Amino acid sequence: MAAVMPQLATPPAPSRLLLSGNEAVARAVWESGVRVAAAYPGTPATEIIESLARFPDLHTEWSVNEKVSMEVALGASMTGARAFCAMKHVGLNVASDCLMTMTITGAYGGLVIAVADDVGLSSSQNEQDSRFWGRFAHLPILEPADSQEAYEMTKYAFALSEQYETPVLLRLTTRICHVKALVSVGEREAHEPAGFIKNPQRWVMVPAHAKARIPGLFQREETLRGVSETSPLNVLEPGRDRRVGFVASGPAYMHVKEAFPDAPILKLGFSYPWPLEKMRALAAMCDKLLVVEETELLLETEIKAAGIACHGKDVLPRMGELSPQVLSPAVDRLLGKEPPPPAPAATPMKVFPRPPTLCASCPHMGIYYTLSQIKNIIVTGDIGCYTLGAGHPWNALDSTICMGATMGVALGIDKGRGEVDKNKRILAVIGDSTFMHMGMQGLLNITYNKGNITVLLLDNNTTGMTGGQATPASGRDIHGQEAPRVSLAKVVEALGVAVEHIRIVDPYELPVLFKTVREEIKHEGPSVIIAQRPCVLTDGFKPFRPYLVDEDKCTGCGNCLDVGCPAIHVTRRDKVIKPSGKEVELAFANIDNQACTGCGLCVQPCAPDAIQHVARHDIPIHIVKS
Amino acid sequence: MNQDTITNILVCGIGGQGVMTATEILAEAAIAEGHDVKKTEVAGMAQRGGVVTSHLRFGRKVLSPQIEPGTVQVLLGFEGAEALRWSHYLRSDGIALVNNARLVPPVVELGLFDYPEDPAGQMRAAGRRVVSFDAMSIAHDLGEIRLGNTVMLGAIADYLPFAPDVLLACIVKRFARKGENVVDANRHAFAAGREAVAKQLGTAAA
Repeated sequence: MAAVMPQLATPPAPSRLLLSGNEAVARAVWESGVRVAAAYPGTPATEIIESLARFPDLHTEWSVNEKVSMEVALGASMTGARAFCAMKHVGLNVASDCLMTMTITGAYGGLVIAVADDVGLSSSQNEQDSRFWGRFAHLPILEPADSQEAYEMTKYAFALSEQYETPVLLRLTTRICHVKALVSVGEREAHEPAGFIKNPQRWVMVPAHAKARIPGLFQREETLRGVSETSPLNVLEPGRDRRVGFVASGPAYMHVKEAFPDAPILKLGFSYPWPLEKMRALAAMCDKLLVVEETELLLETEIKAAGIACHGKDVLPRMGELSPQVLSPAVDRLLGKEPPPPAPAATPMKVFPRPPTLCASCPHMGIYYTLSQIKNIIVTGDIGCYTLGAGHPWNALDSTICMGATMGVALGIDKGRGEVDKNKRILAVIGDSTFMHMGMQGLLNITYNKGNITVLLLDNNTTGMTGGQATPASGRDIHGQEAPRVSLAKVVEALGVAVEHIRIVDPYELPVLFKTVREEIKHEGPSVIIAQRPCVLTDGFKPFRPYLVDEDKCTGCGNCLDVGCPAIHVTRRDKVIKPSGKEVELAFANIDNQACTGCGLCVQPCAPDAIQHVARHDIPIHIVKS
Repeated sequence: MNQDTITNILVCGIGGQGVMTATEILAEAAIAEGHDVKKTEVAGMAQRGGVVTSHLRFGRKVLSPQIEPGTVQVLLGFEGAEALRWSHYLRSDGIALVNNARLVPPVVELGLFDYPEDPAGQMRAAGRRVVSFDAMSIAHDLGEIRLGNTVMLGAIADYLPFAPDVLLACIVKRFARKGENVVDANRHAFAAGREAVAKQLGTAAA
């Protein structure tokens, strides 16, 4: 968990700062006089609220999930306050229930939703084009192409929201969120809420009220179509080389401009509703029209539907990030030219893959080492650092879908299995933050529907994968200040798990963990094993004395490698023929004691007792040897 | 493309090594020189251990933040195999400055993949200009392993389109509030990085 966050000094206006897209959005939110900003952490959007938390004079919070964060923002907007929420693309799926009705109530105080698409799946379970949400919900979408635009469009979004009483979607992608560029910033403007006005026809969405408001929704969309058509955010750059004209938004615009500086481009900043007449004007001035979109063919389909001939995903990839390198050969093909073959020197060298690893001493290693040693089990997983349990050496997870899915999927496997899986035991793994995000309902569903599942609740006291944010169970708020601390054990009990089957263990104590898992998977009915150890990257983690390998004792069995710790290295490999005639590979290990923090997880599986403390005295942790 | 007006620097390494911070300081130096700057990262899920690259582009006006393969003037590699992995990003006249640290991931220790014998040698064999040095030993000799990043910045200092002192000033500014001793240690580390590269080139020329 982060230490108490220092407050940002307010830079004088106007000044130029090197800001990521996320930081630029945060700055603009603050300058816009926003009173409430909420989010659940999610790559690549996390740093928006993280930066906002360092500004004075507004309420920022980590909400327990994205839907709640959107509802909090809506509530603030109802009072006339300017409000903001931020989320990654899959977060908007979670919040979509709120979104689809919020579009009918509309906003009162300016209400902006930043949604960040992880194009290229750097840290997500899927790739999604959130522009569809805007279209689906009939909401305006703004798409910045760099940090300066992210700053300016965020400020404009609040004005737009208030003028047309509509929530506004600010669509970002990884290459906006995580690109740093120079931004000219200003100062905070005061924005006092007008006050909540009782208006059930507007805010109480019963069928009669909603029915009465829906025509207004379509009317608003038509009005916004006109705004988009004349918006200075939609710029038609005429260019000189009229062979191919481009329609592009966001980072795709920068790639087009870089690769084809002389071509006509319609740069869309106000991308929904789209400016159809400007598209017609572009089509009329060039031989061919290419729609460059990350990632889906949303505009392309609509442009074709309007009777304008265009190209798009027939020559461009439907997934992943675009770049000048991707665009150039596609345009060559469009012009009937054979693209030049890539230079041999530009071909990547063959190098081993380097997937992310769990950290040295990560408490999750104890869990996955244990699961990798138990046979005849099915283990459902969830979203977090602990998803890495699906990888080497543990190969311990059988599913990962979305936030909280572990519970429902486990119950479905339990209820759906036939004779062939009858004797298997089912475990569901979930982290503390994910549990509070969307796992609690799934556990309630397991107890209510009498599931035979053992849940492993990995409590590392933080939201680890996004950088160690506070949670309701960490006892800290977004500023690092003390907050009410929820007891996970009590929550689990309240959700219907019998007290005797709520077990709290230390994931570093492998024998106890093994024994507990074996006992609970035998139990017919739901059980929860809460494994408690702080994430090693948070302040709560205190390192122990590191270990080393006694080279004289190491037999090369390689058992320690099965723990999966990145601090364990192989110094020498050998092959021996056993008396049985079987050839066995040996791997002699050592421990990088710069990286080792002494958790002792590798001590347990070491057959010849070759792993010892760097110094013999003052052993800080009680390692139980079986 | 703006190959001659835009400087492309690719910094690569492993999560937790300080790649992003080093690139941030390089970006600050470019800004101090009046350049337009864009800096972008690709870092995968989880906190540690994975591949990290940081793209830095600066010049009169930078559009796309991403560097294309074959267009990098300077590749600053925090780890041998990672420098090799990204070496195809180098322009034919580009140079790779590589810390010859060898950080071996669990998938290699488990015997699933091999770590290249001599990454810098492999790059040279492919016709790349490579200067390799041991930034961590240099930092260790200076008494503080954490100075490794400043050694790396020293290494690149003579390969920038502005004076090394511009970069040094940014480093000094960053550590100023930590006191004179820390600043001095970083000055030494910066000088040691510059010297390590100069010495290597001297050896190569001899």
